[in-house]
Amino acid sequence: MQQFLESFLPAGPLVVFVFSIIPLMIILVYALFAIWLERKVAGHIQDRLGPMHTGGWHGWSQTIADLVKMIQKEDIVPAKADRFLFKMAPFIAFAASYAAFVAIPFSSGYIGSMIDVGIFYIVAITSLLSVSIIMAGWASNNKWSLLGAMRTAAQTVSYEVPTVVTILSVIIVTGTLNLMEVTEMQTGNAFLGFLPNWLIFHSPFMVIAFVLFFIASLAEAHRVPFDLPESESELVGGYQTEYSGMRWGLFMLTEYADMLLLSLVGATLFFGGWNSPFGSFMDGPVWGAFWMLLKGMILVFVMMWLRWTLPRLRVDQLMNVCWKYLIPLSFVNLVLIALWEMIF
Amino acid sequence: METYIFILFATLAVAAAVGMITSRNTVNSALFLVLNLISVAGIFLLLKAQFLAVIQVLVYGGAIMVLFLFVIMLLNLSDEEQMLSKFSVRYAVGFFLGVIVLSQLLYVIASVTGTLPRIHPEMEAVGTVETIGDALFNIYMLPVLVTAILLTAAVVGALLLAQRNISGKVNK
Repeated sequence: MQQFLESFLPAGPLVVFVFSIIPLMIILVYALFAIWLERKVAGHIQDRLGPMHTGGWHGWSQTIADLVKMIQKEDIVPAKADRFLFKMAPFIAFAASYAAFVAIPFSSGYIGSMIDVGIFYIVAITSLLSVSIIMAGWASNNKWSLLGAMRTAAQTVSYEVPTVVTILSVIIVTGTLNLMEVTEMQTGNAFLGFLPNWLIFHSPFMVIAFVLFFIASLAEAHRVPFDLPESESELVGGYQTEYSGMRWGLFMLTEYADMLLLSLVGATLFFGGWNSPFGSFMDGPVWGAFWMLLKGMILVFVMMWLRWTLPRLRVDQLMNVCWKYLIPLSFVNLVLIALWEMIF
Repeated sequence: METYIFILFATLAVAAAVGMITSRNTVNSALFLVLNLISVAGIFLLLKAQFLAVIQVLVYGGAIMVLFLFVIMLLNLSDEEQMLSKFSVRYAVGFFLGVIVLSQLLYVIASVTGTLPRIHPEMEAVGTVETIGDALFNIYMLPVLVTAILLTAAVVGALLLAQRNISGKVNK
């Protein structure tokens, strides 16, 4: 990818700039599309049509219109807020989320950085998200914001444990933390002759690991049924209550980027990343990016689907699910996967 | 290039440390500490200690600082009061000693010139996950196990203490 860019871009720094901005472009386009999709999914699940008018075909430009409206809004900072922290928080949130995309292999030809610690780095850098949310909640000087921020912190710190343990159980199988190498291991069509060589087909415990990972990632991305940080009916808007205009938009963007990030990590760890499901058919760097994003989008769609299927949990139920069910199950699963690896 | 990045991270770390001590507001202090820890993680990365850098961000920057902020917010501390400006001999002596230490430090720093020392190729392998895992689970297996048991005991103890305070059942 870098050589390809160097072939038609004149200067070295420009190459680095374009190289590092590709995920940002993907996220921005995806966020516009995903917010529209979420409205359409919500509409159709509730037997309505969702946005239909803006832009013509099924209201495709509704989000763009919303974005224009958001940019025009006044930039309000509450009088008693801590101005500096209040203004900084959305940017730190998005930076923490965007920095994690460095280690995601979008296709066999594009990965931001081939660092050895790959997935571990993603886990570490996304944990800064909760710091920025606490910053936002505290700086707003509003009880709802503070409560929302506290809930977010408690939820993120708790659900990090099952996420990390399920990722660890996958790492036991792959033997490497680098996501590019994890994906390369899943190339081919060997399993049972027709199933792709993906890790989810590796052993029955990997299916359990994926379910646990998906539940934990719903909580990490603050999606329903775990959207307590911003539950409208009790906390108004959680940590983003006092935010408006583009700063609120940045939080929204962070939330959707986080969804995509966790879905892509799930796709890479369990569903073969950029590998084509048909062996060597429709394979290659460009098709790789297509498959990767398609797999990510399917998981994002399931997240949206669940939003209109399940009711929200209470705070104590949320903690119960994590500490009493998910963590013990993920540890047992870890031991079982390790045993499976030892025996077979 | 590495020298400039080092200077950036080092300045950030020192500035954040100074900010942490001088800011009156406890939450601001804690956030400065986060900045300091993350800059130190950057310096670890320059030293090719990837694993250490990630652990620094994950454990200190993420989890521990969230708990710190939690406690600070729950305690609801008010801003610290202005330090006493009354002159006393103790302050004068302390200031004098501080100036001496600072000038010694500056002298040592000034005597080291040029770029950063090059990292030895053998050292580059030390910071990776493989080397650390190998060392932990092959050479230092027993200490790791003992530490694990100690930590489990501490967790059980913490749970016991927390439970006693709420329900009072364990105490009887």
